[in-house]
Amino acid sequence: MARQAQKKDVVIIGLGWTGSILGIELAKEGLEILALERGPDRKTVPDFRYPDVADELKYGVRNGFMQRPRDSTVTVRRNLSETALPYRVLGSFLPGNGVGGAGVHWNGQTWRPQAVEYRLRSYVEERFGAGIIPEGMLLQDWGVTAEELEPYLTRFEYVLGISGKAGNLNGQIIEGGNPFEPSRSKEFPLPPLPDTYDSVLFAEVAKSMGYHPFPRPSANASAAYVNEYGMQLGPCNYCGFCERFGCLNYSKASPQTCVLDALKRKPNFEYRVNAEVLRIEKAGDGKTATGITYFDADAGEEIFQPADLVILCAYSLHNVHLLLLSEIGTPYDPATGTGVVGRSYAYQMTGGTSLFFKDKVFNPFVGTGSGGVTIDDFSISQIDFAKEGFIGGSYITAGHTGGRPIQQLSLPPGTPAWGRAWKEAAGTWYGHAMSIGAHGSNMAYRDTCLDLDPTYRDRHGRPLMRMTFDWKPNDIRMTQFMKAKIEPIAKALKPDVMSSSYKTDSSHYDVRPYQTTHNVGGAIMGIDPKSSVVNRYLQSWDLHNLFVMGASAFPQNTQYNPTGAVGGLAYWAVEAIRKDYLPNPRPLL
Amino acid sequence: MSLSPSALTRRSLLKTTAIGLVMGVSLPVPLFARSAEPPPLADYKPEYFTAQEWAFVMAATARLIPSDGTGPGALETRVPVFIDRQLAGAYGIAADWYMEGPFDPAANPQLGFQSPLTPAEIYRQGIALFDGWCRQALGSPFAALAPVRQDQALKLLEKNALAAGKPPAGATPAEAGPLVPPELRDFFTLLLANTKEGYFADPKYGGNHAMQAWVYIGFPGARASYAEWATRQNVRYPLGPVSISGERA
Ligand SMILES: Cc1cc2nc3c(=O)[nH]c(=O)nc-3n(C[C@H](O)[C@H](O)[C@H](O)COP(=O)(O)OP(=O)(O)OC[C@H]3O[C@@H](n4cnc5c(N)ncnc54)[C@H](O)[C@@H]3O)c2cc1C
Ligand code: SF4
Repeated sequence: MARQAQKKDVVIIGLGWTGSILGIELAKEGLEILALERGPDRKTVPDFRYPDVADELKYGVRNGFMQRPRDSTVTVRRNLSETALPYRVLGSFLPGNGVGGAGVHWNGQTWRPQAVEYRLRSYVEERFGAGIIPEGMLLQDWGVTAEELEPYLTRFEYVLGISGKAGNLNGQIIEGGNPFEPSRSKEFPLPPLPDTYDSVLFAEVAKSMGYHPFPRPSANASAAYVNEYGMQLGPCNYCGFCERFGCLNYSKASPQTCVLDALKRKPNFEYRVNAEVLRIEKAGDGKTATGITYFDADAGEEIFQPADLVILCAYSLHNVHLLLLSEIGTPYDPATGTGVVGRSYAYQMTGGTSLFFKDKVFNPFVGTGSGGVTIDDFSISQIDFAKEGFIGGSYITAGHTGGRPIQQLSLPPGTPAWGRAWKEAAGTWYGHAMSIGAHGSNMAYRDTCLDLDPTYRDRHGRPLMRMTFDWKPNDIRMTQFMKAKIEPIAKALKPDVMSSSYKTDSSHYDVRPYQTTHNVGGAIMGIDPKSSVVNRYLQSWDLHNLFVMGASAFPQNTQYNPTGAVGGLAYWAVEAIRKDYLPNPRPLL
Repeated sequence: MSLSPSALTRRSLLKTTAIGLVMGVSLPVPLFARSAEPPPLADYKPEYFTAQEWAFVMAATARLIPSDGTGPGALETRVPVFIDRQLAGAYGIAADWYMEGPFDPAANPQLGFQSPLTPAEIYRQGIALFDGWCRQALGSPFAALAPVRQDQALKLLEKNALAAGKPPAGATPAEAGPLVPPELRDFFTLLLANTKEGYFADPKYGGNHAMQAWVYIGFPGARASYAEWATRQNVRYPLGPVSISGERA
C-alpha cells in the first residue's frame, strides 16, 4: 500500500520547460505546489561547470544528461504487423531526465509555427480541396489560432531572451527578418547572434538567388538580458558544447537560467527529485483526478500524493505513457480508428547536403546551438500542395553547432570508414565542411501511433509504451522537393565535393542515428473529444482537473522545432487555468 | 606484429613534434603541463582484457587507425587503453541500456541494438570467435597476421561475412554462410566506434594521448570560449588544444 502524503493544491509531473513555467505561474496565485521530477537535481554549478561539461564522450556520446533506457524507454515497430522491439540504446531521440528536462541540453532554436499550421485541415480544404489529402493521413486543426497564441508566444520568447530579427511586425514586413512568419507584436528581445562563416556564405548565395535569408531565432543570448522573473543571461561565447550539454556560461535559455532560481524562492513551491510518477489516480466518479502515485527512489517506497489540480509536464512521450497507464481517456485503436489516447504520433522530416571546400576554413568548434541563417521560401505556407503532390514544408538552414570530433566530423562521400585513408581524410577535411539542412513537417497517419506494449515492461513492472512509426510517401516527396531546392544552392557555393542525404522511397525509420527529439502527438488538442485528448486549453476532456502540456498536443508536426509553440501553449493554458478554471473548477469547454 | 608498441610510441613522439611545427606552434619542449608520462603501452596491465584479447585489440586498432602516413595512429594515442577502461566501467556492462528480454538479436538492424550481450561480453565472445576464425582460415591469430591479411580479415568481419572454412570460389559472403551469430553482429561496429572515441575523446579516458588526435585535426579540445572568433572568416584558429585536466599542447 502506498503511503499517503499531505494534500497539495497542485502537483506538477516533471520539472522541465513546461513544468517550470506552470510552477512559477501557479505559484504566483499563492497555491501550494509540489513538482515531482523523476531524475536528479541539476544546477549550472556544479553540473554544467567548466571544464568538466566540455566532455564530448560523457555527455555527447554516452548521453550523460539524458534518460537512461534502463529506467525508461519505448518499444518501436515500423508498421502494425512488425513485432515492436525495445529502444535499448539511445539514438534517434534523446528525452531529458532530471531537473530542467530536455531544456538543459536542447539547441535553443525557438520558432513559431506558421499561421496555416494551426488550422492545417481547414487550410488544405479551403485552398486545395479535401481530395488532395492522402488516404490514411489524419489532418487536424489545433483549435487555437496564430492570433490567439501570439501574446503567449511573445511572452515565452521574452522569458527566454530569444535573439533574432522580426520579419513581420504588426503586419509590416521587415527587411532582414522572415517575411513568411505570422505577424508578431514585438521585436525579438535580443538582436541576432553574429553569423559564423558558413552562415554568411549561405546567406549571401541564398540572397543572390532571390531567397529571403534571416537569422535563426536563438535561445543562445546575443547580449546580457534580464527577464520578467529577474533571471539573468550573459552573452553566449560560442563554446561549441551546446546541444546535448548544459550551458557552462549562463547563456542558453533553460529552466535553470530563466525560471528555476526565481521559482525556488517561492515559499509555496516545493520540488522533489528521484520521484517518478507511476500513475494519475482517478476519483470514483471518473470526472476528476484525486492526485498521483509516485515512487520515491530515495525512500524506496510508493507515495500517494493527493492534489486538487494535476499538471502533466513529463515530455510528450511520457505524457501519453502516463495517460495510457492511468487509463484516462479511450486508448486509440489503429484497427478501427476509434479512441484518442496515442493517436496521431508524428516526428520530424529532416535531410541535408554537406559541402566540402579545400580552401575554406570554418573553425566549426566556434559554434552555438541555434545561431545560423534560414530561408523560409519553401515553408508550408509557400507551397502549392496540389501542384507539388504533398502536404508540408521545410525551412532550409545553415549554421554549425560545434566541431566535436567524435560526433561532428564530416568526411566526403566515398571515404573509407577506417584505415589510413580515413585518418588522412580526417586530417584533410576537418574544419573544411559546412552543411545546409532541411527541417520539415511530418504528418500524422492512421498507423503512426502510441499504445502499451504487450511484452516489455519497465523496472516498476509497467508495460513500456509502443511506438508505431515509419516515413510515408507524402513526407518523402516533401523532403525530396527540398533536396531539389537545396542542391542548386549548394552548387552555387562551388564546393570541391558535396553529398546529400535525404529520405527516399526505400527509406524506413531507423532508430540508430540521432534525428530529433521532436516527438509529437498522442495526446492531441482539439475542439472535439472524439478526435482529441485535451481541449484548446490543454485540459483533459475526461478529468477536468488534469492539464497536459507539451508537444503531445500537436495534431501533426509543424515544420519547426517544437519548443516555441510548446512554451506559448503553456502560457496560454496557464492563463486559462488562472483566470477561468481556478475561480470555478469545471470543464472549460 | 612487425613493430613493437614501444617502438611505435617513440616514433609517434617524434611525429607529434613535427606536427606541432607544421601547425606553427613552437614546440622545442612540449608545452603540456602533464603529469608523468604513463607507462609504455606494452607494459599496460589491462583492467578488462585477457592477454590474448589485449593482443587482438592492440593489433586491430592499429589497423583501424594505423600509424603510417600523416597523423598519429591508435597505438600512439593509446586507444587500446581507452577501450579497456570503457569495457571495465559502466559502458562495458551496458549500465544505461535496457537489457530486459525477450531478445531478438536477428531483428532488422534499423530497430537498433538487440543483443542480450553487454559490450564487454560482445568483445569477449567476438574476439574469441574472430581469432578462432583467423587461426582456422588464415593460419594464425589475428595479431600474428601480416597487416595486409589483417585488413582483409577485418573487412570480412565488418560485413559479418566470416564463413566456416574457405568460401567456395565465386560465392558471395552471404551464401558462404556467416559464422557470426546475430548476438555478435555489432562487434565490429562497436570496435570501430570505440576506436574512434578513444582517438578523439578527452585524454582523461586513457586515449587521445597528449591530445595528439586533436592537434592533428586542429580541434582545440575543451577551450569552449570563442566569442571573438565567430565573425573571423576563413582564418585558422591559432591555439592548440587544452584538456579537461588542464594539459596544453
Ligand atoms: C539534443 C536536443 C536538442 C533539442 N533542440 C531543440 C531546439 O533547438 N528547438 C526546440 O524547439 N526544441 C529542441 N529540443 C526539444 C526540447 O528540448 C523539448 O521540446 C522541450 O524540452 C520539451 O519541454 P517539456 O516540458 O515538454 O519536456 P522536458 O523539458 O523534457 O521536461 C520533462 C521532464 O519530465 C520528467 N519526467 C518524465 N516522466 C516523469 C515521471 N513519470 N515522473 C516525474 N517526472 C517525469 C523528465 O525527467 C523531464 O525532466 C531538443 C531536444 C534535445 C534532446
Ligand atoms: S554555445 Fe553559448 S548558449 Fe550554448 S552552451 Fe555554449 S555558451 Fe551556452
